[in-house]
Amino acid sequence: MTAQTAITHPALEVRDLALEYRIGPDWKSALRDINFTVERGESFGLVGESGCGKSTVAMAIMHYLPRNGRVTQGSIRLAGRDVTDLSPRELRDLRVNKISMVYQNPGTALNPSIRIGRQVEDVFELMGVPAREREGRVRQVLDKVQIADPIRVMRRYPHQLSGGMLQRVVIAMAIASRPALLILDEPTTGLDATVEAEVLDLVRDLRDEIGTSVLFISHSLAVIRKMCDRVAVLYAGRLMAVGPTEETFNNPSHPYTVGLLRCLPSPETGRRDETTLDTIPGFLPPLGAEITGCIYAERCGNVQDICREVEPELIPVPGDSVSRCHFWDRAQELPRTVPEAAPRRERSEETLLAITNASKTFVQDGAPVYALHDIDLEIRVGETVALVGESGSGKSTLAKVLLGIHAPDDGTVIALSGKGLSAKVAQRTQGEIGAIQMVFQNPDSALNRRHSVRRIIGRAVRLLRREGRKETDDRTKNLMREVRMGSQHLLAKPRQLSGGLKQRVAIARAFAGTPALVICDEPTSALDVSVQAAIINLLAELQAEENVSYLFISHDLNVVRYIADRVAVMYLGRLMEVGSSPRVFAGPHHPYTEALLSASPDLEEDTRIRLEGEIPAASNPPSGCVFQTRCPRKIGVICETVEPPLEEAEPGWFKRCHIPIEELRLLQGQPPAEVTADPATT
Amino acid sequence: MMGRFVLRRFGLALITLALLSVLVFIGTQLLPGDVGRRVLGPFATQESVDALNARLGTDRPPLVQYTDWIGGAVTGDLGDSITFARPVTELVGRALINSAKLAALAFVIVVPLSIWGGILAALRRGRLIDRLITVGGLSATVIPEFVSGIVLILIFAVTLGWLPGTASAPRGSGFFTQMRHLLLPAICLTLVLFGYIARITRAGVIEAMEADYTRTAILKGLPRRVVIRREVLRNALLPTIAVVASQMGYLIGGLVVVEVLFSYQGIGQLLYSAAQNADFPLLAGGVLVVGAMFQGSMLLADLAYSWLNPRIRLAGSG
Amino acid sequence: MAQPSHSAGGFRLTIPQATRSQRWQVLRRSATFWVGATIVVIWVVFAIFGDFVTPFDPLGTPADVLNRLEAPSGEHPLGTDELGRDVLSRVLAGARQVLTVALAATVLGTIFGTALGLVVGYAGGIVDEILSRILDAFLSIPLVITGMLALTALGPNTLGVIVVIGLVFTPIIAKTVRAAVLSERQLDYVTAAQLRRDNGLYVLFVEILPNVANVIIVEFTVRLGYAIFTVLALSFLGFGIEPSIPDWGLMIAQHRGYLTGGIWWPVLFPALAIASLVVAVNLVADSISQAFE
Ligand code: SF4
Ligand code: SF4
Repeated sequence: MTAQTAITHPALEVRDLALEYRIGPDWKSALRDINFTVERGESFGLVGESGCGKSTVAMAIMHYLPRNGRVTQGSIRLAGRDVTDLSPRELRDLRVNKISMVYQNPGTALNPSIRIGRQVEDVFELMGVPAREREGRVRQVLDKVQIADPIRVMRRYPHQLSGGMLQRVVIAMAIASRPALLILDEPTTGLDATVEAEVLDLVRDLRDEIGTSVLFISHSLAVIRKMCDRVAVLYAGRLMAVGPTEETFNNPSHPYTVGLLRCLPSPETGRRDETTLDTIPGFLPPLGAEITGCIYAERCGNVQDICREVEPELIPVPGDSVSRCHFWDRAQELPRTVPEAAPRRERSEETLLAITNASKTFVQDGAPVYALHDIDLEIRVGETVALVGESGSGKSTLAKVLLGIHAPDDGTVIALSGKGLSAKVAQRTQGEIGAIQMVFQNPDSALNRRHSVRRIIGRAVRLLRREGRKETDDRTKNLMREVRMGSQHLLAKPRQLSGGLKQRVAIARAFAGTPALVICDEPTSALDVSVQAAIINLLAELQAEENVSYLFISHDLNVVRYIADRVAVMYLGRLMEVGSSPRVFAGPHHPYTEALLSASPDLEEDTRIRLEGEIPAASNPPSGCVFQTRCPRKIGVICETVEPPLEEAEPGWFKRCHIPIEELRLLQGQPPAEVTADPATT
Repeated sequence: MMGRFVLRRFGLALITLALLSVLVFIGTQLLPGDVGRRVLGPFATQESVDALNARLGTDRPPLVQYTDWIGGAVTGDLGDSITFARPVTELVGRALINSAKLAALAFVIVVPLSIWGGILAALRRGRLIDRLITVGGLSATVIPEFVSGIVLILIFAVTLGWLPGTASAPRGSGFFTQMRHLLLPAICLTLVLFGYIARITRAGVIEAMEADYTRTAILKGLPRRVVIRREVLRNALLPTIAVVASQMGYLIGGLVVVEVLFSYQGIGQLLYSAAQNADFPLLAGGVLVVGAMFQGSMLLADLAYSWLNPRIRLAGSG
Repeated sequence: MAQPSHSAGGFRLTIPQATRSQRWQVLRRSATFWVGATIVVIWVVFAIFGDFVTPFDPLGTPADVLNRLEAPSGEHPLGTDELGRDVLSRVLAGARQVLTVALAATVLGTIFGTALGLVVGYAGGIVDEILSRILDAFLSIPLVITGMLALTALGPNTLGVIVVIGLVFTPIIAKTVRAAVLSERQLDYVTAAQLRRDNGLYVLFVEILPNVANVIIVEFTVRLGYAIFTVLALSFLGFGIEPSIPDWGLMIAQHRGYLTGGIWWPVLFPALAIASLVVAVNLVADSISQAFE
């Protein structure tokens, strides 16, 4: 191929792509009529909910389909060259030099029995780099992905590195050949927000430096928004809208995009007492469903008769975009599915649950692991307290201590409505057990797949209320109504229900007794965006109706901002900051909270605070302040020697840091409070 | 880390052996009730039974018997055989050498063949050759050795007359004559082992081929040959090692039947005649040795596995 | 290479797990399953109704001695044995012995193994350690030798064979069930049961057991194959069978000496019967495990 053609062709051109999977005996359409172009040097996003076919597009481009998949139509051109009819040799050549891919779960992407250095070196070997230069090149490229100690990393095996580090290595391999196209398929899903932010920054830097085109695939609108110039929205194997990112998200021309955006709480959305979240009704059609007319009609609030008869084309719309909607100009007039008025609720200052002086030490291989240390937390009647922090910070352990599943260390005091609570669930009274319940992250794991909905909820009702058969049955049906499910679902098994319905069943079960506190452990993170909003609404409504308190564990700060009254930030088994939600989000922040907040993909890069390194092992916490090994605001020796206490620096706002609040305010560039801080103390 | 692993694994093997010795002891000294009576039969006089019990030491309390027996076992003294009136250690040792020859020949045939077959089946998954290897291998595995042995004898020894129908070569025959005699029994064992090892290999290869890291390698542009050799086989054959070693256990069990069928003087035949003659000291000693050998081979396999697997070798040194 | 190299592997698709009906569909479509199942059913029918269909009395009559070792003929399609008994009748009747003994042993092992596995998996800790060691000890000796050892001690009897095989299967099955229970126990529905302080037995038998049922079914079929294998090997070696009962292993053992004399029918036909049964059982076992996993 000559330099001439290379200049004139876009990096990637997908035309009329259609693809099928064989499921059982039948071939089912998985992608249809996919059309998009990635220009040279451009970052192009592909966004959609699970099951919409995002990854299938990537695999079709890499020409690496599973054995039950086949392309039935269309062309995929990489720099003008059709990849659908290459010889194996040409294909390999293409993969070596022109196109690379990074995907989810770096932990499994590298061969466990080959050293990192060797695996990266392969790429250079394939490129034909002479043997003596290769090691240097490997070091260079690892340097480029900001691996601090490349020599050491090269000698490691994959299991010896963290997820973030592995993803850097995978990215290094992908960019080594300076490919024309780099495909990133959910590269940060499953990584902590802080690590995600680092990886995303890295990808952006590299793209600017190398000038590759990027195809970025993600379910996260925020990530796509941050990373991409243009974006395509995928639904049920069809493109719904394609256009510049700004235009697509700020001025959406398809009802699906509008709906998705409304489902997501953002800093601009009001809080839960001000507004509900809008939702998208209905479900994704099953793979291969034959639907005449618009595939989105079932769920679309703008649907007209014609929509059910004629499938819309990708119609050019203003702002250099296309939209697969007959009534694209009315997309933003989409009526709300749920009324905007938020349920009214009462809150009181009365303490429901207090845990004081809590610690939990596990013993692992004979060595102690300090999972929780010196926790003091109060939850009031009818309020929502959010618990945030990276994985490994002890959030779930705290939840399990409250539930009585893990017995805390001696000295821990848990009190429910002022009465002491036994450390073990087995020693609590029936009332106490019913009073603290839990909604789990993953309904597939939380619901017994062999039991009917009636049995799942009914059993909990029976044990937690101990009433007659009739009352139990009535209560079960009542609970179904409360979680907005019809009684036709009573006999269903979990697998016959969608993810959202399953989570509703799990919520109904948690409300079987009359709970005073429900612990929600990432209740929406296994769900798609459109379902997530409905579940959050439901939780808010139930709280208003039942006056229940929530301990809401989440990594999604936008959800936390929307739903929480107070926020507790955890790091390495300690509370670092506790305060009302508006106060915690407004600042001044504890340095760790500051870093967490700035890791959010909603923010622009220049304001980011980088967190160095990884969360230390709980078996060997750092001396002094546990955050000192990573703290960007560390003030000196005192941080390394003296552990700061959790102190009430403002009424109702607690922090665990040596820096005085006024100084934090200055450091974080916020206007000083009423009293001007004395700069002399710095 | 590795040192601790070895120690732990070794300790476990010892505990298992100790347990085994108790089981064997129960089976050979306690279950039979009056050992002397069982050996001599219902028509022997009470005096001769008592005399035998006294000679064997089976009139003492069980705990004393056990400590005595196990104490001897540790120092290599397993008592004397009743029928052969010779030290058990000597008889077992001689038989083991014979069995080792047969087992070695079987292993030499079956290991490369079945691993190759398993890889081939995995690479041609779903095609005819795959079905042939898996279904055919499975069928061969489950047919008892005496059935396949009979058919082999019928064909190769009786009808065609190509190979001898007994495994024991005449005294003083050369290496090749010995091997010729061992060929039919070895094929018998091969038939049983082939399907099993091939299936494990196939499963391992398929798993490795579907692993993310293999996808990485392919998408890197590595040639298929290299991908299979380096990415797939390297990770897939590790579990196969453990399986091959665990087949030692089967092999010894299979040897009983095969050696009886082909009248070969190995450990299987020895145990068989010990059982038939109610020769309890020989039976107990033989079974204990067999168990020890099995544990030993499992231990070696585990060590080899962990040595080759960096995830275990380097555990904790991250 | 006709098939381009890029499709050498696959990747995980988000396909929902096979449901029960889909599993049966897979089974129904599997040719190996049908072939295996048909043969097994045929043998089971002979095992039950053998007495009514055999042309001659499998136990023989005194007059039989006159026609010892007759080659296959119109009257005796499979010939006669060393006592002049009809080989066909004995082969058909022999199905009963092996099937009842193997089935009883497997049922025994599965019941005890499942109970033990459930308890150990749920209780964990030291009980678990002990089970693993006992299992290892049992597994250090091949089943045939364990059987020989125990039957030498107990004397020859059918019940002994059943008990010994069942006993050895118990820890093996327990270990498989235990592993399945352990992974179920990680799931949150068990935690949820804890949070309503549910009864341990309810959790074990109503919550967990149905979820490990597939594992038990697969294990049962696989073990049944091994049991048949072992029963036959033991009867071939002459352990645990009263000599007059028609038994395939025993028939082979008794007549293999005649092979060199060209008398193959009393040996080959039981051998073929064995081959057909074990292969059939294992084809069924294999297709069930493939459909269920
Ligand atoms: S075509 Fe009709 S149904 Fe489809 S998205 Fe547009 S308005 Fe909705
Ligand atoms: S005490 Fe020091 S190290 Fe800890 S958070 Fe405050 S400034 Fe950072």
